[in-house]
Amino acid sequence: MQYVTDASNDDDDYLSEIAQRKPLLLAMGLTKRFGSLAANEGVRLEIGRGEIHALLGENGAGKSTLVKMLYGALQPDEGLIAWCGRPVVIPNPSAARELGIGMVFQHFSLFEALTVAENIALALPPGSSLKEISERAERTSAQYGLSLKADSQIADLSVGERQRVEIVRCLMQNPQLIIMDEPTSVLTTSETDALFETLLRLRDEGKSLLYISHKLAEVRQICSAATVLRGGRNVGECDPRTESPASLARMMVGDDVQSVRAEPVALGDADTALELRDLHLPRDNPFGTDLVGVSMDIRRGEVAAIAGIAGNGQGELFDAISGERPTDSRSVMLFGKPAGNLSVTARRRVGAAFVPEERLGHGSVPTATLSDNIVLSRGRSEPELGGAGFLRWGTAKRWKDRIVEAFDVRKGGPDPVAGSLSGGNLQKFLVGREFDRSPDLLVINQPTWGVDAGAAAHIRRSIIELARNGAAILIISQDIDEIFEVADRVAVLAEGHLSPFTAAGETDREAIGLLLSRSVAASSEAEIEQALAATPQDQSHHAGGTDHAR
Amino acid sequence: MELAEAFMLTVITAATPLLLAAMGELIAERSGVLNLGVEGMMVTGAVAAFAGAQLTGSAYAGMIVGALAGALLAGLFAVLVLYFVTNQVATGLALTLFGLGLSGLIGASYVGEPGIKLAPLFGAPPEETSAPIAAVWRLILGHDLLVYMSLLSIPAVIWFLNRTRGGLVLRAVGDSHGSAHALGYPVLRVRLLAVLFGGLMAGLGGAYLSLVYTPQWTDGMTAGRGWIALALVVFASWLPKRVALGAYLFGGVTLLQFHLQAIGVSVPAQFLNALPYIVTIVVLVAISGNRRLIAVNTPACLGKPFVPDR
Amino acid sequence: MRVEFVRRDQPAAWLRLASPLLAVGLALVLAGLFFQVLGVDAGRALYVFFIEPLQADWSREDILIKATPLILIGAGLTVCFLSSTWNIGAEGQFVAGALAGAIMPLAFPDVEGFWVLPLMLVLGTIGGALCAMIPAQLKVRFGASEILVSLMMVYIMQLFLDWIVRGPWRDPQSFGFPKSRDFHTSAELSVLPGFFDLHWGFPIAIFVAVGVWFFLSRTIGGFDVRVSGAAPRAARFSGVSRARITVFVFAASGGLAGLAGIVDVAGNAQKLQPVISPGYGFTAIIVAFLGRLNPVGAIFAGLLLALTYIGGEGAQLDLGLPVQATQVVQGLLLFCVLALDTFILYRLRWVPKAVATPDTIEEGS
Repeated sequence: MQYVTDASNDDDDYLSEIAQRKPLLLAMGLTKRFGSLAANEGVRLEIGRGEIHALLGENGAGKSTLVKMLYGALQPDEGLIAWCGRPVVIPNPSAARELGIGMVFQHFSLFEALTVAENIALALPPGSSLKEISERAERTSAQYGLSLKADSQIADLSVGERQRVEIVRCLMQNPQLIIMDEPTSVLTTSETDALFETLLRLRDEGKSLLYISHKLAEVRQICSAATVLRGGRNVGECDPRTESPASLARMMVGDDVQSVRAEPVALGDADTALELRDLHLPRDNPFGTDLVGVSMDIRRGEVAAIAGIAGNGQGELFDAISGERPTDSRSVMLFGKPAGNLSVTARRRVGAAFVPEERLGHGSVPTATLSDNIVLSRGRSEPELGGAGFLRWGTAKRWKDRIVEAFDVRKGGPDPVAGSLSGGNLQKFLVGREFDRSPDLLVINQPTWGVDAGAAAHIRRSIIELARNGAAILIISQDIDEIFEVADRVAVLAEGHLSPFTAAGETDREAIGLLLSRSVAASSEAEIEQALAATPQDQSHHAGGTDHAR
Repeated sequence: MELAEAFMLTVITAATPLLLAAMGELIAERSGVLNLGVEGMMVTGAVAAFAGAQLTGSAYAGMIVGALAGALLAGLFAVLVLYFVTNQVATGLALTLFGLGLSGLIGASYVGEPGIKLAPLFGAPPEETSAPIAAVWRLILGHDLLVYMSLLSIPAVIWFLNRTRGGLVLRAVGDSHGSAHALGYPVLRVRLLAVLFGGLMAGLGGAYLSLVYTPQWTDGMTAGRGWIALALVVFASWLPKRVALGAYLFGGVTLLQFHLQAIGVSVPAQFLNALPYIVTIVVLVAISGNRRLIAVNTPACLGKPFVPDR
Repeated sequence: MRVEFVRRDQPAAWLRLASPLLAVGLALVLAGLFFQVLGVDAGRALYVFFIEPLQADWSREDILIKATPLILIGAGLTVCFLSSTWNIGAEGQFVAGALAGAIMPLAFPDVEGFWVLPLMLVLGTIGGALCAMIPAQLKVRFGASEILVSLMMVYIMQLFLDWIVRGPWRDPQSFGFPKSRDFHTSAELSVLPGFFDLHWGFPIAIFVAVGVWFFLSRTIGGFDVRVSGAAPRAARFSGVSRARITVFVFAASGGLAGLAGIVDVAGNAQKLQPVISPGYGFTAIIVAFLGRLNPVGAIFAGLLLALTYIGGEGAQLDLGLPVQATQVVQGLLLFCVLALDTFILYRLRWVPKAVATPDTIEEGS
């Protein structure tokens, strides 16, 4: 058996060394470009038989591009993939399935309007009747302890149940390699434990798994090898069991990130900027969450944070505070005045500013220029820009330049469309757009989601600075590290209920984790670390995961 | 008895072209493509069927030519919408404008010429049958091929959508083109076929108008039936059996239009002619008011462009 | 070897201007081919269609007269389409405007004065807007498809016009000919000084189109319209209500279609007939797209499409082409505009077959 690669790397010793390990899958020099952006550049991946292999990296590191190429959903521009020692071209996902590569997707791969059995049938080669498929599906799901009813419609299932469908669908193709994309991000603790049992059982049966995650504790718990990507390139291969979370994090993020830490402040009798009084808000779509009796009170000079897994009412809370969804007038008070029935514009006029989670299509119009996007959130509330209903484009362009400079926004051309900026740069621009008005109240949903480490640090420093200058700031974040970096007070939003706030100095990750775990849909790193403490093979490094946050 | 027979024949004749065109559009929309060009495909189908029949002397040949003409226009639409990713609404409108013009151009020399009527499939009742039996014969066996095809399309489409793999893939593509693509299904090819089928059926619906309904060619003879077919698909909330129900309800409206004056109600003809359009609006409002029903059944990707990220 | 579209990093700015011109060029080529197939010499047909109407004073004036309603309606539809709302019933709103404006000369024939004409224009605008309110309100309140409802309204309005000129408003002295009585002089839109037929409608249309351009590019309201079409969720974040935009753009596009209706009737026929429009409301859809959803662009697009109307009449007389040839040319034009717009956001890439086949790899090893 011979292993091959492109001519540039024609090292016989190297190849025979790999050949001796007889990997199940070997990818070398994989490159994929989208326009001018190289999503993957010369990526190497080697997965052994009966191994749970972790693929680590931040958002945007190129993990999903790599996986799509392995699964035939994308074609590499360069490089090769060898399966069981033979070079292969994987033109489409069906070909991947025929080879024995199965995939459990994180998002967007089930058909809402179809039943479980129909969803499974679509992933299997034609031939079997729906009835046979239903029976086999229920057998397989029972075998791995994943209870499922084949005739239920996907739209009616919970997130955890949907994932079970994905897994059963994948298992029924009898794959040699199972690719799992962020499988635990949506699971409860007990669901996660059950999943890990299933995964270990699969490994013991000799199957290989490629486990994509950025949860280091999980990776150290179940994976025996890891490949780390950063900026589309390999930055390391290691055995995660012998690494500390901190060393893994360094590989993912690059240089140790300069930590930002808010000094506790004495608020004294500072004015209340935002107050919620027993806010109830029903969901406005089938996948939403009802807000139940949320109360809070945010004062000038402080950064308050709401922790929690997305989908627990964060979107609804943001919409209620920003005014995109009106509520009872006294449920939301701004600067001491009832504001629940005020429009977004009216709230901006009294000094509030908002940065939503979704950058494209909510915080900005992707097809509009940056200066247009300044008008989007400021044109109606600031007379210098839109007084008397007329737009002043000169002002918009000046402000755009000011924001670009203050937040070091990298862009192509003087005034490009928002959709052409990278995620991190667009987020800096959108955050900068609101900072630029020196608001008295700033609400940010997921301030640094998917943003590179340097930009995230810049945004966090700006948040703290703005608060120290007398603004009230509320951040809604999934990122516990981020919360401990910037927040003075923390509360947890779970299933639409908000816990009381506690001072950040008086609590720690464990306590927040415990609060999160009370909710059905929560799982947190802290909790897994707790679980880890009880696992014998653990090397007791678990506390290290938080070094860069402290 | 004779009146009842006349009533039922009116309903069937009025319903058939709508049923054919709406069933085709239902398949296209189930795959996620909104083709507003039904009127254009239908009217082109009508003139092509008429011309085909004139040139070959056979109404059946005309029928085939009509269907192919509808499919040809649908193919033009599909290429633009699927591969050039043009706006589906605008492209559909362009197709209707183009189809109306094209049909007029082709049909200009046929205006006023007597057409060839598609004959009943099973012929007239045997001469010795008694009157009531002959009436029943005419009602059940007295129709042409297109009527039977339209009726057959109801179980056929239901069977295809719910019992075949092709139907499952079609529904999957309309529900989430991203997921279907991720599983390796050729989203664009499935949609191309669905749109072509829609064109074929619209062409047949048009053929029925110029070969059976009024066997001659008049400019713009579809008179908005393509649009009513589109409304029927919404009314049916994308379910084939309800498309059939809707088409026959509209047949009933036509009945009202034709026979109201005969009964002696004095309403200006224009108001009666406006009846189908007014009913369409009323029905759209009634059905759209039930947002839950619409939300559950609307193909989630309807009208959304799909660009594979290769 | 296969060809595929690749998204551009930035929309190609030069194509924004060039694509309508290229589309016109492509449409001319296709139309030429089409005429050739019909047995008419392509060069001759294109000459008759697109050059001949520019050579006589009367036909040049006629182009401007026909462009007037197209520009008015097209500018209105631009506003509507920019917000991703689809009013395709402008043809019906045109009729509604003509009917509403004609109330003055036909229902009150004895009332005369300098103010009658301005009042008619206002009534026409209101009539068109009211007619457009039906689909808009049904959309906002019940979620009924505005596309289908506005289209149905076209048929209803046309039948209503047919009824009224044959019934209540029929000219008693018309000897059974279906038409209304002629408008009196103070209800006529007068001819521009120095012209034979060209009336004040044309400068009104230019003025309105420029006004719409100013509204869209220089006011918050125009910004709202554009945003709500481009990104509905971002529009809500901006403080824009989708329902209000829907009602507004229907009122605007319906109002301008109504204005076009009364301007056309008061400027040209000066009476109502069973059919008053050769499909201006539908052709204006092409005007809006060919003008790249820019009201100033709609002026040029309106002139070009007016040219196809006059050219079509010429082709009918000189070449014996049926009148529908015009519609075919217009349809081709819209197809070409839509197809070429794709190149603003995408470019073509030739893909040289699969990336790495097993054979090529084995050769390399």
